[in-house]
Amino acid sequence: MTTAALSSAPPSKAALFEAKAVKTSARRNRLLSLPALIIIGIFGVLPLIIICVYSFLVAAPYGGVQWQFSTDAYLNFLFQRDIFDDTLQFTPDFLIIYLRSFLFAVVTTVICLLLGFPTAYFMATRPPAQRNWWVLLITIPFWSNLLVRTLAIMFIIRDEGLVNNALIGLGVIDKPITMLYTNFAIQLGLLYAFLPFMVLPLYSSLEKLDFRLIEAAYDLYATRRQVLWRVIIPLSKPGIIAGCLLVFIPALGAYVTPLILGGGIHLMIGDLIAQQFGSGRNWPLGCAQALILMAAVLVALYFYVRKHVGQGAAWLSPASWISRTSRASARSPSSACWCSMCRCSS
Amino acid sequence: MKIAFENQVAAPQLPSRTAYGDNQTGTHLPERAGFLNGVIVPEQPGKNAIEVRGVRKVFGTGENQVAALDTVSVSIRENEFFTLLGPSGCGKTTLLRLIAGFDFPTAGEILLHGKDIAPLPPFKRPVNTVFQSYALFPHMTVAQNIGFGLEMLGKPKAEIEARVAQMLKLVKMEALKARRTSQISGGQQQRVALARALAPQPKVLLLDEPLSALDYKLRKEMQIELKRLQHETGITFIFVTHDQEEALTMSDRIAVMSAGKILQVGTPRDIYDRPAERFVADFIGETNFLPGTVVSKQAGVATVKFASNATISAGYPEGFDPTGEVTLVVRPEHADLVPDPAKGTIAGTLANIVYFGTDTHYHVKLDGGGENFIVRHQNSRSSAVTYETGVKVGIQFEEDAARVLKD
Repeated sequence: MTTAALSSAPPSKAALFEAKAVKTSARRNRLLSLPALIIIGIFGVLPLIIICVYSFLVAAPYGGVQWQFSTDAYLNFLFQRDIFDDTLQFTPDFLIIYLRSFLFAVVTTVICLLLGFPTAYFMATRPPAQRNWWVLLITIPFWSNLLVRTLAIMFIIRDEGLVNNALIGLGVIDKPITMLYTNFAIQLGLLYAFLPFMVLPLYSSLEKLDFRLIEAAYDLYATRRQVLWRVIIPLSKPGIIAGCLLVFIPALGAYVTPLILGGGIHLMIGDLIAQQFGSGRNWPLGCAQALILMAAVLVALYFYVRKHVGQGAAWLSPASWISRTSRASARSPSSACWCSMCRCSS
Repeated sequence: MKIAFENQVAAPQLPSRTAYGDNQTGTHLPERAGFLNGVIVPEQPGKNAIEVRGVRKVFGTGENQVAALDTVSVSIRENEFFTLLGPSGCGKTTLLRLIAGFDFPTAGEILLHGKDIAPLPPFKRPVNTVFQSYALFPHMTVAQNIGFGLEMLGKPKAEIEARVAQMLKLVKMEALKARRTSQISGGQQQRVALARALAPQPKVLLLDEPLSALDYKLRKEMQIELKRLQHETGITFIFVTHDQEEALTMSDRIAVMSAGKILQVGTPRDIYDRPAERFVADFIGETNFLPGTVVSKQAGVATVKFASNATISAGYPEGFDPTGEVTLVVRPEHADLVPDPAKGTIAGTLANIVYFGTDTHYHVKLDGGGENFIVRHQNSRSSAVTYETGVKVGIQFEEDAARVLKD
């Protein structure tokens, strides 16, 4: 193409053909992404616009909205209008639910990380043939519906459930311990639901870790603890970040788990928003609550990722978190290692 | 768990050394004591940096057991550039990993300045490794990599900074100290790996084929660089390679390994001129193998008769008793062509002439049959005789050029 463009002579047939081929392939590549773009446009962007618009409207008495501009939905999030003198009074009810949800999500993320890291490390240090089986085991819960699995937890922890019956049978306790419909139940359900989302990114990060670096660190007088903090954790940071995001964000907006295991007594954001569209019959408030949640997550995410990944636009793309892990080069097979922490035994 | 180096290197008291069948030349088998042609260098106790005594390493269990090292003993002296040379799978890297502490020996002892370090984990050994893959930490800068060992030892910050600056200067990397290791070239990574391993001032530096990933020219440069570093730091280097040329040019002494055993230990000249076994002669440099029959022998010299009825006297290593059919080895450059076939020790027809620039190889098809015999001639400005293929020539050996070796 370049030669054809440079010379004043008319482009040869071959050059024309090449130019055409390049053009078609570019067009074809764009076409390939079209179905996904259409789906994202219709089911992602459009609903978001609708939510945005609805949040600035007035609630109709029996659900739905009246087409009349109002910022009441946002005001109602923090204030309540007095029925008699029409003044705004600060009510922290929604805020408390938001903060509690935030706390649940943080605790879930931290515990998932503490449980998930050793698990992922164990998986990543198995012989390659075994590793796939471990990944399969981790993904088995995904094969059945979350609702069913949450109901199963209910049967395990309720007053006449498996745990209480076993403890009473063994004579450890006289009366059943109330676990269902408590904060504990919600927390347990969240941990159970989101643990795989922590383990899998951690595993994919640790799996790419060059275990010769661990040997090098030991050789340079690092103790096991120092190897963990100075080499393994910094190098698996992309996996840690991805795992934390994949757990924190859905945990914050979790709906089914707190609804079933909390029994509607201990509300989380998801329940609260759902209520506005159901019994609350306040669609604009629900929309506003959803947008406030989204804004809060985006702000938190921005600071979190900027702190851990570095500045620049790259923080937005998960690809950049993954590419950081893949720098580690191929491992050489070596003999059984003394440290029993790495998978040198392959 | 910080390490006090002094604790490990003080205490040079040595247990009885004879119990391990170690001998004075540093080779492991008593019958090989005569490698240095009778010159026995007495070793003073405590002058050995590393002593490997009867070390065995078996991998796998049950039927899958493989002995990577089969009862190896070797002494490595202080301030020595010592090379473990052998084909891949010979156990040289296993031995290095045992010294580094990444693996533990199945049996035997590894002494560092007289103290058994075999049961210690790597972070308690004053030994550092330069890895084949360099294994630089990708999340740290060049300077952070070099300072890592010192930091782990809990050295004060000022000392670390000073030492890192010193190491950067030593490997000529001052300009790139703030770079990430992914932003520098392979040769530069090599230098950083060296500096990182040298920074904690180890008693022994282990190098696991560190030059194999570099291109030819860079490798040549690094060979000289390594020699310089060893000279400047005075640290004992144990270098693992499969490249015989690298071993010959860099080493003070070489241990040739094969199939989990050390076949010969000696200076490059010993190894090249007086190989102890056929494998050593074959692995290092080019060699002609000539079949013959031992007629008589006395005092380390055997008289061997060839198929052509010509006889020659050839030396043989001590501890080897050549009888009957034997193989003689002759280096190509230790033989000479003569135009008159009758004047040569053996005769043949010139089959091929290969010109190499600095020298010329003459391939001679021997009258007695067998493999072609190669004679190497250094080319000079006035080569007196020119040969043509197809002519009858004689091959003459230099004085004691031929040796009888164990197969």
